[in-house]
Amino acid sequence: MREFTLIRARSTQDAVQAMASHPDARLMAGGTTLYDLMKLGVERPPAIIDINGVKELGAFDTGGTRELVFGSLARMSDVAADPRLVKDYPALSESLWRAASQQLRNMASLGGNVLQRTRCAYFRGGEPFACNKRVPGSGCAALDGIDRGHALLGTSPHCIATYPGDFAVALVAFDAVLDVLGPSGMRSIPIEALHRLPGERPDLETTLGPGEIITRIRVPVTKLGRGSTYHKIRDRESYAFALSSAAAAVTMKGGKVEQARIALGGVATKPWRARVAEQGLVGRELTIETALAAGFAAFMDARTGRHNAFRIELGARTVADALLIAAKRIST
Amino acid sequence: MTTGPDPSSQPVQVNRREFVLSVMSVAAASGAVNAAPVPAQPAQAVADVPLTFVVNGQQHSLTIDPRTSTLDLLRERLALTGAKKGCDHGQCGACTVHIDGRRVVACLTPTLQLEGRRVDTIEGLQGAGGSLHPMQQAFIDHDALQCGYCTPGQIMAAIACVREGNADSPERIKEYMSGNLCRCGAYNGIVAAIGQAAGRMGEV
Repeated sequence: MREFTLIRARSTQDAVQAMASHPDARLMAGGTTLYDLMKLGVERPPAIIDINGVKELGAFDTGGTRELVFGSLARMSDVAADPRLVKDYPALSESLWRAASQQLRNMASLGGNVLQRTRCAYFRGGEPFACNKRVPGSGCAALDGIDRGHALLGTSPHCIATYPGDFAVALVAFDAVLDVLGPSGMRSIPIEALHRLPGERPDLETTLGPGEIITRIRVPVTKLGRGSTYHKIRDRESYAFALSSAAAAVTMKGGKVEQARIALGGVATKPWRARVAEQGLVGRELTIETALAAGFAAFMDARTGRHNAFRIELGARTVADALLIAAKRIST
Repeated sequence: MTTGPDPSSQPVQVNRREFVLSVMSVAAASGAVNAAPVPAQPAQAVADVPLTFVVNGQQHSLTIDPRTSTLDLLRERLALTGAKKGCDHGQCGACTVHIDGRRVVACLTPTLQLEGRRVDTIEGLQGAGGSLHPMQQAFIDHDALQCGYCTPGQIMAAIACVREGNADSPERIKEYMSGNLCRCGAYNGIVAAIGQAAGRMGEV
């Protein structure tokens, strides 16, 4: 591991100032991704800004009438177990407790989880594998490699790495907003605009500017919350990354779908909102047939590789199951 | 809480692991006489950081390379070899310990995060007179291990699982213990042991 200078931030302002004086520094919260990648030599920051002492970032409040507010340093396990979230926004709670293990959820922060980097083995594996994300311009070993877990949506000829997180997928379904503090002050960005498509620059993963830190995640209060789920299909039943996952939320009126939200995880290069699939459901009854049609609509633009074509049908069925589970939660 | 000397600055008794390692290195050296010499790693000028923390009730103050993991600190400097190194990447749970009462994986906790915090390891479980913790007894009662390598991590995770309130059904135990892998496949015994200890931990 490369040696680094250690800086301890006591406030958000501290962290922003430290980033301004150490442009290549990385912020460390739980460290579950960053420290892991530093051990692998994939991340080699010359300076670490430890933000675990920034108490103002750790709080969260799910009792508001207009929005739920989560400090970016709140830990995944604490938020997953919040009674209001479990009851009124099950998709948010499930997206947290169906990720990683309780040990890792006790460590990992919400902000860090949203920024979790890909699990692509060629990215993590280092030399001799080419990876445009790790070494820009070096190529992509996954394109002709074992691409069973790689993305079907949002790929480019330069990168097919899957965005691995779950919480951000549920946040995208609920139109969450991030508050970001940087050298030029505070700004807010929709969660959907945080992650970039790989395009020609897979190494540029987010739209955060230099020296910016996520301070809060805000979720607008919505009646879509109650009838929602985060459905996650894995190689084993627990403690694995998604082969496919879906955050789904519905409201019903007179036996027909009034509003629908669908976001996909484990199958795309970023948290993926499936708007066309949502619109196709509005005004229709929710049956196995209409749910499956929505599922396949969500994968209309999928591009398959050598070993991952099975995940189109798997993904479509994941969406269909998620919609039916979500609807069942509001059918009293 | 007692304040003790830093064990790393004192001679530590050679334990079984160090003995095995030293034997292995002799064997490796004797088999490698014709191998090309390995170039020495250039010494890196890392700024050690001062750190004060508590392990199993005992306070430690030492300076340490901030790149060190809590797992390596426990095993290599404090001679607490209960927490095991399985994958070293947060994927197996064998290094599970408690920090400020919450279960974490020690391999992905850099020591830079330990300042002012309380670490509890399997070595600290023993009661007065060497009595076993109810979870340790339950693992024995239910044959919840075979080779035993994952067991310290399993037991530390299991105790936390009960305290969190996540041990009220076999299904919930399985979900909330999924971060601890057992390659011998003693899972049925582990789930049964946690179910038993969950009741008895409440009584103590």
